[in-house]
Amino acid sequence: MELFIQQLTNGLAVGGIYALIALGYTMVYGVLKLINFAHGDLFTIGAYLGLTLLTTLGLTNYLGPFGVVIVLALMVMGLVAIVGAALERVAYRPLRQSHRLSAVVSALGASIFFQNAVMLIYGARYKVYPHDILPRTAIHIFGLDIPLIRLLMLLTSIVMMIGLYLFIQRTKIGTAIRAAAIDQGAAKLMGINVDRVIMIVFLIGPALGGAAGLMVGLYYGQINFTMGWLYGLKAFTAAILGGIGNIPGAMVGGLLLGVIEAMGAAYISIAWKDAIAFCVLIIILIVRPTGLLGERVAEKI
Amino acid sequence: MKDKRLVIYAVISVVLLLSPLFLNAYWVDVLNNVGLYTILALSLNIILGHAGLFHMGHAAFYALGAYTTAIINTTYHIPILWLLPVSGLVAGLAALVVARPIIHLRGDYLLIVTIGFVEIVRIALVNNVFGITGGSNGIFGINRPILFGWKINKPWEFFYLIWGFAAVTIFLFNRLENSRFGRALNFLREDDVAAEGSGINTAHYKLIAFVIGAFWAGMVGNIFAAKMTIIAPESFNFWESVVLFMIVLLGGRGSIRGVILGAFLVLGLPEIFRQFATARMLIFGAFMVAMMIFRTEGILPPLPRKYPIAKMLGREGSA
Repeated sequence: MELFIQQLTNGLAVGGIYALIALGYTMVYGVLKLINFAHGDLFTIGAYLGLTLLTTLGLTNYLGPFGVVIVLALMVMGLVAIVGAALERVAYRPLRQSHRLSAVVSALGASIFFQNAVMLIYGARYKVYPHDILPRTAIHIFGLDIPLIRLLMLLTSIVMMIGLYLFIQRTKIGTAIRAAAIDQGAAKLMGINVDRVIMIVFLIGPALGGAAGLMVGLYYGQINFTMGWLYGLKAFTAAILGGIGNIPGAMVGGLLLGVIEAMGAAYISIAWKDAIAFCVLIIILIVRPTGLLGERVAEKI
Repeated sequence: MKDKRLVIYAVISVVLLLSPLFLNAYWVDVLNNVGLYTILALSLNIILGHAGLFHMGHAAFYALGAYTTAIINTTYHIPILWLLPVSGLVAGLAALVVARPIIHLRGDYLLIVTIGFVEIVRIALVNNVFGITGGSNGIFGINRPILFGWKINKPWEFFYLIWGFAAVTIFLFNRLENSRFGRALNFLREDDVAAEGSGINTAHYKLIAFVIGAFWAGMVGNIFAAKMTIIAPESFNFWESVVLFMIVLLGGRGSIRGVILGAFLVLGLPEIFRQFATARMLIFGAFMVAMMIFRTEGILPPLPRKYPIAKMLGREGSA
C-alpha cells in the first residue's frame, strides 16, 4: 500500500508536467492542426533559462524560497512565450496555407535548431540545478512520508491547468481561441483576428511548457539539452491519449500517462516502463480511435 | 524536355557509378549510407508519399529485418543473402499484424501509434526479449555477404551491392507507381471517401502499401546487418524514423527522384557542413525550415501524371 501511494503521488507529479507540456501541443493542434514538434525543445529552453536566471540574478538574497520560485517562473514563462511566438512567426506562418506535412518538417527542423542552439550555448553535459532552492522536507500523511516538492509540483500544475481552463472558457480571448479551433473561416467572418489568436496560443503553450521545464529542473535537479525530445514525445502521447485538440483531454491524458508509467515501473518492470505506456496508448486508440475525450468526428461525405 | 531530363539522370548515374574510383573509403562509406537510406526512404515513400499514411515508425521494420538476419546468421550460419527474403517476410508479416487493427486511425493518431511501435520494438531489443537479441550490446559476428563466390568486404564492394539494390528498387517502385495499384493509392490519399465510393477497398490497399514498405525495409535491414557485422538497438531508435520521414517530405512526397535527392541532402549535408563543427546540425535545422518555406511540396515534387490521348487511343484501337 505504501508503494502504491508513493507511486501514485510520484506519477501524478510527473503526469502534471506531461499535462502542462501536452496543453501546448493540444492548443496548437486545435487551432492550426499542426503537431509542433519543436514544443519539447521550448520546454528544454525553459529549464535552461530558469537555471541561468537562478544563478545570475541572485534572487535568493532578496526573497524567500517560494518568492524566488514564483518570480523565476513568471520570468521563464514570459521569455519562453516570446521564443514560441517568434517560432510561429518565422517557421509556421509562411506555411499556413500549404500541406500539413510541410509544416511538420518545418517543426522538426526548428526542433533540431533549438536543440543544437541550447547545446552550443550551454554545452552538451548535464547541468545541475542548485538544490537548496526549495526545502527538501517531507510531509507526513497517512503514516507516509511524501516529499513536499512533489506535492507542490502537482499543486502548481493543477493551479495552472485550472487557470488555463477558466481563461479558455470564461474570457473573450478564450472564446475566440475556441471559435478559431472549430472553424477558422467562420471565426474570421465573425470579426475574430485569427492571426492574433494563433499568436496568443503560441504565447500560452510555450509559457506552460517553459514552466514545466523549470519544474523538472527544480524537481530532478539536473537537465540536459536532449531531454525535451523525450518529454515532448511523452506529452504528445498524453495529448493523443486524451484526444488531441481537447484541452481537458490533455490534462487527463497527462496525469493518466504519469500514473500508468509510475505503476508500470513499480509493479511490472522498470525496464519496460516506456513500452507499457505506449502499449496502453495503442490499446486505448484501438478501442477509442480519437482518444479518451476526443469527439467522434463523423466522416464528411 | 524529357530527353534533357534523361540526359541529366544518365550523367548522374554514371558519375555515381564511377565515384568509388576517385573517392576515398570514408566518402564511399558515406555514399553507402546514403544508398541504404535511399532504399529505406523509397520504401517509406510507398506508405507516406503514395498512400498518405502518417507513418513515423519505419525504423521498426528495418530493425526487425536486421535482427532476423543477425540471429539466424549467427546461430545457424545461413549465408546472408539467402536471408534477404526471410528478413523481408518477417518485417512484412509484422507490419500485417501491427497495421491490421490500426489502419483505420486518422492521420495524427496513426502517427503516434507508429512512434509507439518503434519505441516498443527498441525497448524489447534492449531488454533482450526471448533472450535472443543480445540486449543493449546487440549482436556481433555477423558474416559478410557472398555474391556469386565474391566475398563482399570493402566499402566499394558494398557500394555496388547497395546501389545495385537501389537501382532494382527504383525500377520496381517506378513500375508500381504507374500501375493500377499506385493510382489507387494516390486516389485514396487525395480523397478517402471518393476512392471508397469508386470501388477501391481503401483499408485493403493501405494495408498492402504498409506491408510492401515494411517488406522492403526488412530487406534493407539485412544488408545493413551484413555491412556493419554488429547491430545494436541504438541503430534503430525513433530518431532514425524521423530522419526517414524528413527525407521523404524534404525531397518530395511521392516522387522517386525527390526522395533520392532528399536522402543525399539529409545524410550528405551534415557531412559537408562538418567544417562548421558543432554548429552543423544547427545550420541543418535552419536549412530544413527554410527549405520547407520556399519549396513547400518538397524540393522535387512528383510530376503530374500524363495520359497521352493518342497513345491510349492507339492501344484501344489495337485491342
